[in-house]
Amino acid sequence: MTMLATEIVRTHADLLLEPHWAEIKSIIPEAADIATYWIRFVDSDEQEAFRFEPGQFNMLYLPGFGESAISISSDPQDHEKIGHTVRFVGNVTRAVSRLKVGDIVSLRGPFGSHWPMKEMEGKDVFIACGGIGLPPLRPALYHIIQNRDKYGKVTLLYGARTSGDLMFPKEYEDWRKAGIDVEVTVDRGDANWNGRVGVVPMWFYQFRIDPHKTTILTCGPEIMIRFVIFEAMARRVPLDRIYVSLERNMKCGQGSCGHCQLGPYFICKEGPVFRFDELQSFFNVEEF
Amino acid sequence: MPNERIPDMGSTITIEKPVFNLLLSRLKEEGYLPIGPRVKNETLVYDEIESIDDLPQGYSTKQKPGNFRLVHEKHSRFFDIIPGAQSWKQFLFPSHTELFAMRKNGKSWEISSQPMEPPKYAFIGVRACELAAIQIQDGIFMREDFTDPHYRARRIHAFVISVNCTQPAGTCFCTSMGTGPRVKEEFDVNLTELDDVFVLTIGSEVARRLLAGIPFDDASGYILSNVERKLEHAEHQMTRKLDSSDLPNLIIDHLDHPYWLEIGKRCLSCTNCTQVCPTCFCWDTQDEMSLDGKTTRRNRLWDSCFNPGYSHQAGGNTRPTIYSRYRQWLSHKLGTWKEQFGTLGCVGCGRCITWCPAEIDITEEIAALRNEVNR
Repeated sequence: MTMLATEIVRTHADLLLEPHWAEIKSIIPEAADIATYWIRFVDSDEQEAFRFEPGQFNMLYLPGFGESAISISSDPQDHEKIGHTVRFVGNVTRAVSRLKVGDIVSLRGPFGSHWPMKEMEGKDVFIACGGIGLPPLRPALYHIIQNRDKYGKVTLLYGARTSGDLMFPKEYEDWRKAGIDVEVTVDRGDANWNGRVGVVPMWFYQFRIDPHKTTILTCGPEIMIRFVIFEAMARRVPLDRIYVSLERNMKCGQGSCGHCQLGPYFICKEGPVFRFDELQSFFNVEEF
Repeated sequence: MPNERIPDMGSTITIEKPVFNLLLSRLKEEGYLPIGPRVKNETLVYDEIESIDDLPQGYSTKQKPGNFRLVHEKHSRFFDIIPGAQSWKQFLFPSHTELFAMRKNGKSWEISSQPMEPPKYAFIGVRACELAAIQIQDGIFMREDFTDPHYRARRIHAFVISVNCTQPAGTCFCTSMGTGPRVKEEFDVNLTELDDVFVLTIGSEVARRLLAGIPFDDASGYILSNVERKLEHAEHQMTRKLDSSDLPNLIIDHLDHPYWLEIGKRCLSCTNCTQVCPTCFCWDTQDEMSLDGKTTRRNRLWDSCFNPGYSHQAGGNTRPTIYSRYRQWLSHKLGTWKEQFGTLGCVGCGRCITWCPAEIDITEEIAALRNEVNR
C-alpha cells in the first residue's frame, strides 16, 4: 500500500455511493460559465460534523445526471455552508448550471489529500495557479490569513485567460490587506485591464524566491503546472517542497473505480495533492 | 458404517462420481446456489448447476491466441475443460449492479430500494488461477480503508469447490505466476478428478459439516500418488511462460519506450482483455432515469481502461491514443498493481490471450519488451 507525505483521509460507506442530501443556499456567478454554489447539508447534524482540509474535494451528485468531483473552495472554518466553484463543462456540471437556490443535490466527501498547511509553517509560501485552479487553493489562503503569523512571505501568482475570467477578484484587496502579495496576470489584455499580461510560468521568474525556505503550491491547467514546476526546478526549489494538485476522471472517490489512476496512485485517494518528488517519474510520461 | 463418518479437516477422501449429486443437494438444503461450468448455446459458461449431469462431461477446450474451441472428446471426465471467457468475477462483482433506486420527494429524493440480498453462492470448479484472482479482488474490494458492501455481501458466504487442473490449455501460464495448476489453500473443498473417482480435500469446517454422512473412502496412497502424477504432468505440459523476475521494474522503468507504440498498432482497444480478466476491477456509474423524471436507478457497470471515455475529463482525454491505453492496462496489471495491492495483477489464466481478436499475447509482449530494452 502506498504511503505518501500527504495524509490520506479514510472514509467508509455502507451503501456504495450513498447520497447525502444538501440544499443550494446561494449561487454566485464568478465568470463566464463558472459559479460558486454555497451548499448546506439538509441534515443539520451532518452539516455540523462536516470538516475538510484545504485542497480536498467532494463528489457532487445530481440524480439522473451523475456525479462529478468538485474541489471545496470555501473557508474550512465556516461550518455553516460549503462552497463549490463549478465550471460548466461536462454533462453533470452543465446540469448543475441549471440549478436554482433551494434545489437539492448530494455531496459525498470530503475526499483526498490536502495542501501541507502544517509542513509549511515557518516557511515562505508561493502559490502559482491558473484559471479554475484558484478555487481549490482558496481554503489554503483563508487558512494562511487566519494563521498569518505562522507563515513567512506568502505570494499568490494567479492567471486567467482574460480579466473577465478571473476568480474572486473582489477578495484580492482583502487578501493583500491580510499580508498576502497578490499578483494577477491575464493571457490576453483588453480595455478593462492595465495589469500584467502573460502566462503564469512566464511571470514566475520575476519573483524573488528563496529556494531554501519556500514551498510552492500549484494547481491549474496541466500545461501550466508543467511549466511552473520547470521554473521552480530552475530556481533550485527542492522537489519535495513543490506540491501539485491534479485532476482526473473520478467515479468513486475511494480508490475503487480505477479511473483516476496515475501510475501506482489513485488521484482521489493518494491525491489530488501530491508532493512532486513522489509524482515526478509518472507525471513526466506522455499520455500516461 | 462409512455413512456415519465425518471427514477430518485437511484430510483427503474419495467419492464415487454420482455421490457428487448428494453434495449438491446438501448445498441446496443449506441455501446455497450452486454455480459451475456448463455448456449453453454451444459454448462454455458458468451457470446454475442442478446436478452432475449439467457439468460439461466429455468436453475439452482448445485455446490459443485469439482462438477458443469447445470440443466433445468422448471421454467421461467432468472437469477436463479449461474455463472460457467467463470468470467468477461476474458473480462477486457483476458486470451490472443496481446500487439503489430513488424516488423524487418534493425537491429532494428518497431511496426507494436498497440492494437485494445476493444469493449464497457455491462455486463449483474454481481453478487455482481463479482462486488467486478472487483473492486479488478480495484485497481490492475489502481493503482496510474501504469495503465494497456489494462485493462483501456476495463474497463472505461463498462456498468454494476448487479443482486441480490436470489438462492446461494452450494459453495457460499459471506456473509462471505461481498460482497453479495446483490448488493450495483458501478453498472449502478441493477436487481432483481421476477417471473413476473424485478426490476431495477438506478445507473448512463448513465443508466437513456438509459432507457428514456422505459415503466416502479415505484416499489411498495409490490415489494420492496418482493425483500427484497428474499435477506434475499438467505442470510439464504448460509450455507458455512469463518471466516475471524483473517485474514490475521492467515496465515502470520503461514507460516511455517506443515498443509501446508497436503494440498500440496491433491493439484494437476492444476491451475484451479487461472484460475477461478475472482481476480487472474498474467500474463506471450510470443513472437510469424514468421518462417522467420521478424515479432513477443508480447502477454500477464494468468499465475498461481501453474505453475512450475512461480517462475523459474537463481538460480533454488523458489517454487519447490506443498505445497509451494498452500501456495503462499492462503497466497496471504487471507493474503498478504491485505497489497498490502487494502482488502483480495477473494470475496466468491466459484469458486475455485467448480472447484477444488481434492475438496479442502478454507473455510474448513482455518478452519482446525485455528484448527491446536490453538490445
